[in-house]
This record gives sequence, structure tokens and C-alpha cells, in this order.
Amino acid sequence: MWSLLQIELYKISKRPRTYIAFASIAAIVSIFQFAFKADGTSYINMLLQSAGDTFELDRNKAINGYFMCYIILNTLLIQIPILVALVAGDAISGEANMGTLRLLLTKPISRTKIIFAKFIASTIYTIALLVFMAIMALFISMLIFGTGDMLIFRAKGDESQILQITQNDIMWRYFAAFAYAAVALTVIAALAILLSVFAENSIGPIIATVCIVIVCTIISNMNVPIIDKTIKPWLFTSYLVGWKGFFYIATDIDNVPIKGSLENWTAIRNSLIILLAHIFIFLGAAVYFFKRKDILS
Amino acid sequence: MNILLEARNLTKRFANVDVVKNLQFTVNEGDVYGFLGQNGAGKSTTLRMILQLIAPTSGEIFFFNNKIKQGNNTLLRQSGAIIERPDMYKYLSAYDNVHLFAKLSGVKVTKQLVMDQLEMVGLAERCNDKVKTFSQGMKQRMGIAVALVHQPKLIILDEPTNGLDPQGIADMRNLILRLSKEMSKTVIVSSHLLSEIEVVANRMLIINKGQKIVEGNVAQLLDPANTLVEINTTNNIDTQQKLQNTKWAKCIEKINSASIKIRMSKNEVPDLIEMLSLNNTNILSVTPRHSLEDYFLSLTNNNTHVEPFTN
Repeated sequence: MWSLLQIELYKISKRPRTYIAFASIAAIVSIFQFAFKADGTSYINMLLQSAGDTFELDRNKAINGYFMCYIILNTLLIQIPILVALVAGDAISGEANMGTLRLLLTKPISRTKIIFAKFIASTIYTIALLVFMAIMALFISMLIFGTGDMLIFRAKGDESQILQITQNDIMWRYFAAFAYAAVALTVIAALAILLSVFAENSIGPIIATVCIVIVCTIISNMNVPIIDKTIKPWLFTSYLVGWKGFFYIATDIDNVPIKGSLENWTAIRNSLIILLAHIFIFLGAAVYFFKRKDILS
Repeated sequence: MNILLEARNLTKRFANVDVVKNLQFTVNEGDVYGFLGQNGAGKSTTLRMILQLIAPTSGEIFFFNNKIKQGNNTLLRQSGAIIERPDMYKYLSAYDNVHLFAKLSGVKVTKQLVMDQLEMVGLAERCNDKVKTFSQGMKQRMGIAVALVHQPKLIILDEPTNGLDPQGIADMRNLILRLSKEMSKTVIVSSHLLSEIEVVANRMLIINKGQKIVEGNVAQLLDPANTLVEINTTNNIDTQQKLQNTKWAKCIEKINSASIKIRMSKNEVPDLIEMLSLNNTNILSVTPRHSLEDYFLSLTNNNTHVEPFTN
């Protein structure tokens, strides 16, 4: 299994498409950083206006590395599934398309191990993307914009809310948020691998994964009571942005944030359980169908 | 002689069509086993079933008398194969490809082992070049290197000469013979080109529409007394007249400006050449077209072919 994983990682590392995602992240994060360095206060003013402008703060200090990372994650984590699908969707179908699947399966390795090795390799790739994103969006932003307390602008129902997290209460939240994002994106990787089992070219499963994510995201964002109750709880896309929960700090009765607290840990835990269940189901289905697949390519 | 591989009542059905039907055959240890059939006869499907790429609808495969079940790696551990095209990871080098597949085959991989394989197929000097820069013939040789890297007992080559130039075809024939004679490997080689099988195989199976037509020893299946000899001379009409008073006159099957075709015993070909030479005939070529081709066509004749063009 270890050899197989090494081989899968080596193959991923040698493919040019692997680096498209890293280049895209670097480009987008750099544009964000440049824009906020040039005119970040306008953005803060806009947010404060929408929040009712009742919050007194030094607007220059509000834009720091932590704030920047939150803004970037908020934007990018919606797009990252496409980048994950680019590699995971190619896992089996790419081999079928190249003709190497025949050769691979004439070697004495079980098909289950092949799926698991490809899944783990895709997960490692996903984690590498997130680590790269953390370096670019968090640590480089900290170097460019400095550090300080972090403001979170949150829409809660019809109200806008501003939360303030003290500087020494932030980093663990980021680590937790990135870990959560890794689980969420692994669902996408598992889905892409499942779809990859059925296809004999890479484009199909990549597009299918992206389409499923888009359709499910639209449904997840619909505000229709019947969908809220019956469909949304079962869609993985309803939990993709659950990482934000680590930045929703609990407050005491005087509305003062409690250091080290989370507003709703139970919701985060339940979201993680549902995401893990999706991984299990997608991966199980991929193994089931791959073991029974006739290799005709 | 030990039976290395045996298929019993092997059947594969796709969408209610039996692509392979109740196929039975045995491959002995040390055989070069020819697997003959026209395109679509079920050769590749059968080879894929042996290699567990396709699950049989029914029937059984035995390897050294042990039944092979789907997911059982016993046969795969002791076999190497090229199925249809020798596709490799194009974005990796020749060295990387052999290294990677050697690792997957479960052998202890050393640089020496990889280079020895590439040396054997004449690609050592191109070891660092990406496979995407290789010609079809080089890819085919790469495929052989990958198939042999774990020293398998059984080698399965599906249409190994497809897409090769004449030199590549000759190299492949020599390689198959070397694998059998020098390395004592058992080789199953499929082809729709009968001349390929005739040259390399000692036993063969002919299938048509997924069913066995005949199986046996190549030498026994061929009838040397029934060879079609194609003669080409500078003046075929004159040559025909010279043949009129010989024992071969009644054996002439066809004459045109391009050639004279005579059905005769292969052993008599030297006598024929001698007679023509003594009669001052300028012989351009004498080609014994072996009866295996006729044999094959007669066995598999299904009246679905396009009528040959004659002028």
C-alpha cells in the first residue's frame, strides 16, 4: 500500500495540471493582497455601512493578516473544489484514457488498494493545496499587513453582526478551520474519484463533479422551508463553509466574546460527521463499482 | 508437460451477445501459444479474462491446476502482459515507467534491474527521455521491458506487432522466440495475422465469433502438401508455357500478369525453381503462401467478407 501511495504521489507530482491549482491560488491571493494594500479601507467602510456603522474601530488596524486570510478563505474555499476535482477526477479515468489502467490492473495489486491509494494521494494533494493557501493567505498576509485583533463581519438572519477575536485567540481557530476545510474538500475528492470510476476520459468526471457541487450549492443556499428541512441537511455542500464556525465566538450575557469559545461546537461536530459519512459513502461506492468494472479501455 | 493455463467453458456476454462462448483451451509450460482470430473474434476479451481485467460471465480459468478467482493475484504475480497497445505514462521517462511498474509487480527494484530491462530491449540510452517522445516500436519494446521486469513465467502479448514497421515486426518475432528458447518463458501471443503465428508458435488456437474452431500443434495443423506458391517472373505467359508439360501444370490455380499461383507440396518448391532455371526463366520471386492462411480462412469463413478485386 505504501509503495502504491508513493507511486500515486509521484505521478501527481509529475503532471503539469497539478500545479495549475497552486498557480491559481498564488495569483488570486496576490491580487487580493495587492488590492487590500492599495485600498483596503474602502472595503472596511463598505462592510461597516452594511453593519450599521455602529462599531468604533481603527480602520487601518482592522486590515491585518488574520482579517485578510478570513476574507480570502471566504472567497476561495468556494472555488477550491474545482481545483481538487481537477486532480481527483482524473484518478481512474485519466489512467483509462491513457491506457495505463490495463497495465496497472495486470499487476498483482487489489483494486480496493488502488482506489484507496488514489484517494489518499488526492487527500494529500488537497491538504498540500490548503497548506499552500495557509502560507499564502495567512502567513504572507501577516508579513504584509501585520497582526492584531480580528474582526468578523457576519450576516445572522436579517442582521449584520461584527465579532472581535483577540489576537492571542486566533491561530488555533485557523488551524481548526483549515483542518475542517481539508475534510470538506476530501468529500469533493471522494466524489470525483467515484465519478472517475465510470468514465474513460478525465474531462467527464471533472465537469460532472463541478456541476454536482454547483447544483448542490445552489440548493443549499435556497431559502425554501421544505428544502431546508428535507434536502439541505443531507447535502454535503450545506457543510462546506462550516469552517466559519470556528470564528463564531461565543459571548457572555453582556455580549462580550469569551476567549477560546465557540458559539456552536455541536453544529460543527455534526457537520464533520456528515462530511465524513459522505466520504465513506462515496469511497465505498467507488470501491464497489471499480471491483466490478470490466476494463475495456 | 505441465499444463500452465487452462480455460474451461469460458463465456463472456455483453448486452446479451456472447463475445466468448464456452471456450476451452490449454497452454502447456514452455509453449509459444498462438491465439488466432479475425478482428472481433474474442481474442482480446479472452486474454482480458485471463488477466482479470474482465470478469467471465461463466466458466473457469486454472493456473497450474489452481482455479483463479477474481481478485486472486496468483496468476498476475507470475504473468506479464501487453494488452492491445503498450500504453505507458507519457509524462514520465522510460526509466521511471519501468521502475514504477517493477515496484507494482512486487519485486525489489534496483537501478541495475531497471537498466538491465531497458538494455534488453535496446532502450538504455533513452532511459531519461519521456515516453511521449518514443515511436510505436519503442513503446512496444518498453511494454516488453515492463512485462518482463518481475521475471514472470507467463507472458501474454495481444497483437504485439500492431502498428510496427517491418523491422519492428522482425524484432518482435525474434524477441518472442528468445523469450521461449533462451528464457524458457511460456508465451501467449494473439494475432489476426496468421503469418505471425506460423513463425513463432508451436501450438495454437483458432477462434471465431468467440468459439473454438480448432486447437493443436501448429505443425500438425498445417498441411505442407497444400501450399500455395506464388511465382513472379519477367514473363509469366512464357513461364506458363514452360510449366505446361510438367507435373505442376494441373496445379496452376491462377495466372495473371503479376504472378502465377500453383497449389503444390512445399517440398517440391526447390524442384520447381530448378526446372524453371534450367529452362532459362528469369525468376523474380517465389513465395510459398502457407496453407495456414487458407486453412484459417476456410475454417472461419462466414461469407461476410468483401469479394476480392480482380482485373
